[in-house]
Amino acid sequence: MAAIVPISMTVGANRIVPAVAIPHPLGNPALPERDERELRLRLVKKGLRALQTDVEKQTVFDG
Amino acid sequence: MRLELGIVKIRDVQFGETTRIENGVLYVNESELIALALRDPRLAVAEVGLARPGESVRIIPVKDVIEPRIKADGAEGYYPGMAGGMRTAGSGRTNVLRGTNVLTVGRIIGYQEGFVDMTGPGAAFSPFSYTNNVVLILHPVEGLPEHAHEEAVRLAGLRAATYLGEASRGVVPDEVQVYDLGGAIDPTLPRVAYVYPVLSQGLLHDTYLYGADAKSLLPTLIHPNEVLDGAIVSGNCVSACDKHTTCHHLNNPVIEDLYRRHGSGLNFVGVVVTNLNVTLADKERSSSYAAKLVKLLGADGAVISKEGFGNPDADVMMLCKKIEDYGIRTVLITDEYAGRDGSSQSLADTVPQADAVVSVGNANAVITLPPMDRIIGDLRPAEVIAGGFVGSVAADGALSVEIQAIMGSTCQLGLGKLAAQEH
Amino acid sequence: MARGRYRVVHYLNQFFAQIGGEEKAGIPPQVKEGAVGPGIPLQQALGDEGEIVATVICGDNYFGENIETAAEAVVELVAPHRPDVFVAGPAFNAGRYGIACGAACTAVRKRLGVPVVTAMYEENPGLELYRKEVFVIPAPRSVQGMKETIPKLAGFVRKLGLGQPIGLPQADGYLPRGIRVNAFVERTGAQRAVDMLLAKLKGEAFQTEYAMPTFERIPPSPAIKELSAATIALVTTGGIVPRGNPDRIEAASASKFAAYSIAGTDDLTADAYQTCHGGYDPVYANEDPDRVLPLDAARALERDGIIGHLHEEYYVTVGNATSVANAQKFGKAIAERLVAAGVDGVILTST
Repeated sequence: MAAIVPISMTVGANRIVPAVAIPHPLGNPALPERDERELRLRLVKKGLRALQTDVEKQTVFDG
Repeated sequence: MRLELGIVKIRDVQFGETTRIENGVLYVNESELIALALRDPRLAVAEVGLARPGESVRIIPVKDVIEPRIKADGAEGYYPGMAGGMRTAGSGRTNVLRGTNVLTVGRIIGYQEGFVDMTGPGAAFSPFSYTNNVVLILHPVEGLPEHAHEEAVRLAGLRAATYLGEASRGVVPDEVQVYDLGGAIDPTLPRVAYVYPVLSQGLLHDTYLYGADAKSLLPTLIHPNEVLDGAIVSGNCVSACDKHTTCHHLNNPVIEDLYRRHGSGLNFVGVVVTNLNVTLADKERSSSYAAKLVKLLGADGAVISKEGFGNPDADVMMLCKKIEDYGIRTVLITDEYAGRDGSSQSLADTVPQADAVVSVGNANAVITLPPMDRIIGDLRPAEVIAGGFVGSVAADGALSVEIQAIMGSTCQLGLGKLAAQEH
Repeated sequence: MARGRYRVVHYLNQFFAQIGGEEKAGIPPQVKEGAVGPGIPLQQALGDEGEIVATVICGDNYFGENIETAAEAVVELVAPHRPDVFVAGPAFNAGRYGIACGAACTAVRKRLGVPVVTAMYEENPGLELYRKEVFVIPAPRSVQGMKETIPKLAGFVRKLGLGQPIGLPQADGYLPRGIRVNAFVERTGAQRAVDMLLAKLKGEAFQTEYAMPTFERIPPSPAIKELSAATIALVTTGGIVPRGNPDRIEAASASKFAAYSIAGTDDLTADAYQTCHGGYDPVYANEDPDRVLPLDAARALERDGIIGHLHEEYYVTVGNATSVANAQKFGKAIAERLVAAGVDGVILTST
């Protein structure tokens, strides 16, 4: 889970979830606390979905 | 736009009763300089140290390096929008004290400050080993938040440099350098633009254009003279080896070289300054926008420099690809992080279009430096700054670090003569 | 006083040692006095300055099936001859032979500290495996190239034997090993950049100072079938560590990783954790370390039964300027420990 997807692609990661920003990949300080925690939960769930998905090649889990 | 730099060559720096220049010697009134710095209530302690080329002195931890300058027309301050009134930089006469710099040093703010050795094997790696340095050691008041600490030190450095620059008033310059792109240029000459990304990633990672935070900018056109005349100020420290000090911006070597060849080898059509932000969306937006500006300049080719490393590799690769996609050829200037043994992949991102790359050195190369007789600042942070590690500082004061920790050692504006070669 | 001849030991496979072809490819390492086979023209090219004192021979299949032990045995056979230089091949395009040459040279260099060189064709698989470890002189694809390769190989052996410094690949005739070495040059980086761009624009030949690297591709692991029964671990390169950075992970160029227990911890808070990563604005991570290592979210998902179990340790290093080689080392070590602990999947976060 990282913000700069092209770098994750270049270094060969197979399951990539785009994150928010470099200093806070799993957070957004501009949001109220509760919204930020929900955002984090959503992103981690996306990560878990990626772990449950078979992939043949490098895949970005965006949706 | 016609800019004249009145170069006053400084060959020595000494403390003196009044701050003045006599026979190429800069005399500094220490108490005035300290009082100036302490006008900012955020700073508790200010001291001054002098360091000359060849002396056994290590200056650490260094935040920024600023060349003393003023506008000869008496305009207040020098850095418009930042430490001086707003005006468009890049015309008229600017007095430059060449051969001396202000270095801001003091309690470390983050992990990104660096050092300068005035003699020994480390000297070859920093341009500031060869200037007569007025070192301003600054300590904040207790409990000052980091952002305020960084700002206070940044402004103190700019003001100190301007204060010293005032000593040039009434001094006849040794040389006047004229920067003027002139009128019509031979249309058969290749049209070359310069793409100038500056780091813009938060605390100790920021750059300012006329005082505006580069994070909030879209890429924009700028006249090279503006860059050479104080429009861009550094708040960035990462890493010491490849961050652009304010002095680097003022003396941007890509701009200098393009100017030198303008009208004979090429047509220097303009500069696009862009940022290096922390989200993918910003990187895509800025690179597309900057590439389009290069296209609008009608350039045949573009030089692309870089600041920092790691995620900024993604930005310069996007810039390279998007500019090449317009049919405009590119060259990149980059340093490398190839590991201490030089055998790791040096960049975090790549594109096949990046077929013309200048490498200014492997920043991970380790160097062992002898102890110096005098430390200006504090040696202990050497173990925590980027490039340092536990055990970097030997009991006798010898230093074992990556060249990453030396100010300007792998500057990606290409100021130095260091290169990395394939063995 | 005249300098004595430098001593050379040569390595050959069973074929070039004139013992036999494929049917002899299983012969174990053995040694013969003096030069054998291609060692004879090699000795001639070395003249009076160098002497091939012994030739070590091994069957290609024997070596290929026992790389570690065969290399060790070669080292044992080489050592008593106290060579100043160890030379293997030329292997041309023979894959097993090229690998054996590379492995033998690497072992001799590492174990005996003797300078080594081999020669093979650019596409020999041995090159990819050992190019960073040993000097390789380019050779043509087929054995017909022996005549042109021997003098080149001899020239390099001579440099090593006389203790002469080895310069750039183009100057000294060896294949670039992908090792980046700093040097001060005549022109500044800016000047070199403008020179290079003008050459490129004019369609003139130019030499890039850095060819774009390629990264290894790893086959993807199979998906987790039953998430609610799975153990998930958290790993980060974002430098989140207990306050005080007890293991002193570096702000850049990390030389280590660490594991910290999160047993009983539901949330990473500013008083107990911090970032030690020097490559990003630390303010947000220091305010709430979950923004880089999402422990609170992972714990909630464990509580709700979405994942079976959150592994009781998390792993951390700093990805700032850290070399690919070190990152690979850390990754392998962390993976081994996670597998041993029964972890099924990893959420890896990076800044």
